[in-house]
Amino acid sequence: MIQRFFQRMQMGIGLAAACVVASPAWALAEVTGAATVDATKPWWFWPLILFFFCFILGIIAVLAGVGGGVLYVPLVSGFFPFHLDFVRGAGLLVALAGALAAGPGLLRRNLANLRLALPVALIASTCAIAGAFLGLALPTNVVQICLGATIIFIAVLLATSKNVERPEVKVQDAIGQALGMSGSYFEESTGEVVEWKTHRTLPGLILFIVIGVMAGMFGLGAGWANVPVLNLLMGAPLKVAVGTSKFLLSITDTSAAWVYLNKGCVIPLMAIPSIVGLMLGSFVGVRVLAVAKPKAIRYIVIGVLLFAGLKALLKGLGIG
Amino acid sequence: MVKAKATRESAQASPEQKRYADLLFYGAWAGIFLMIVTYVIYLTGLLDPHIPLNEIPHLWRLSVGEFLHEANAPHGWGWALLLGKGDYLNFLGIVLLAFMTIVGFLTLIPAYVRKKDWPFVVIVVLEVLVLALAASGILGAGGH
Repeated sequence: MIQRFFQRMQMGIGLAAACVVASPAWALAEVTGAATVDATKPWWFWPLILFFFCFILGIIAVLAGVGGGVLYVPLVSGFFPFHLDFVRGAGLLVALAGALAAGPGLLRRNLANLRLALPVALIASTCAIAGAFLGLALPTNVVQICLGATIIFIAVLLATSKNVERPEVKVQDAIGQALGMSGSYFEESTGEVVEWKTHRTLPGLILFIVIGVMAGMFGLGAGWANVPVLNLLMGAPLKVAVGTSKFLLSITDTSAAWVYLNKGCVIPLMAIPSIVGLMLGSFVGVRVLAVAKPKAIRYIVIGVLLFAGLKALLKGLGIG
Repeated sequence: MVKAKATRESAQASPEQKRYADLLFYGAWAGIFLMIVTYVIYLTGLLDPHIPLNEIPHLWRLSVGEFLHEANAPHGWGWALLLGKGDYLNFLGIVLLAFMTIVGFLTLIPAYVRKKDWPFVVIVVLEVLVLALAASGILGAGGH
């Protein structure tokens, strides 16, 4: 009975995924006439649409293994009538709220590790402030073009990167050793304790400069970049890389979110439904994850990202 | 069985990490609850908003600089003076979320000092300073 319920739910999620894929077309039609029509719509119209849109986005983000921000910013900036400044502000809050909600569980299970996260977070959060100022100082079309190119790059990265469950780290480097970047966690599926340590720490830390700038500049959570650097480059096990990355967003996005907040880039009428919708969607997504077949949804998300990236690129070039 | 329990215990998170997790848990949920409550107050009109609801759809397509000018909206910590208004009341929950990491890091300092883990004391203090600087609005406060 329960299985049947989840099977039905899975069908629903498939349908929801199709809705999001289809919704750009729908939203595009809306936005085509938005300049003149939008003013006639009641104030509650777009927040309501945004809430349901973010709810579906939250489900799909969990199933596809990406953060909400990476889908939120390109899709909402491309297909809703909000200026990119407010979308980035809300995008950071969405990523921040998701990271804060997931962080406690990950920290308690040692899947997010403070010794790995703190040095990296200091670099990323400092650079996120610089990125936020850069993003707010550059002309909107330039940011939109860069955002489009980044989103297309992320889609390619998601399609091609092959994370390693437990990378082999023979010798820990001096920096990793000095910072005590090592730990262990209990792997419930096999009943064993997995011990880990990092290597190539310096190049990893340098890459977090770029990740921080991009997170602040585009208002994206940067999980898509954190995980490959922590896992493939620095050698953290995949579960620790994913857990630490999610927790890391709560620090990186906090610094950038404060910049956007202080600059006045937060409109509660659109930010709150985004945050609440995405969080509710994430809870449903986590429950469905156990029975869903996320691979197909992952491909759909890659397709949506490519589409959204192209749309942002064309919008920045004044074509879209 | 005993062995599995022992190994599981050995892989447990450090006490300061668990404390940080508890703090985030209560803080994040309080923030989200606060956001929902203040949003309901805002939408039901229990408190008058600073920017009338029906004007916002005309404003949210503007850049932030134009928005601030057109809506006579505050920047920096100016929102704190408008907490009696329905729209800016929503900032309470948002700001609570944005403060959680700073508060969490402050709790880590004594733990690392007790352990004499000086590199991490420095990292955590620097992180608090970075986040406090971002929160203060000192950096580039002003319009777009």
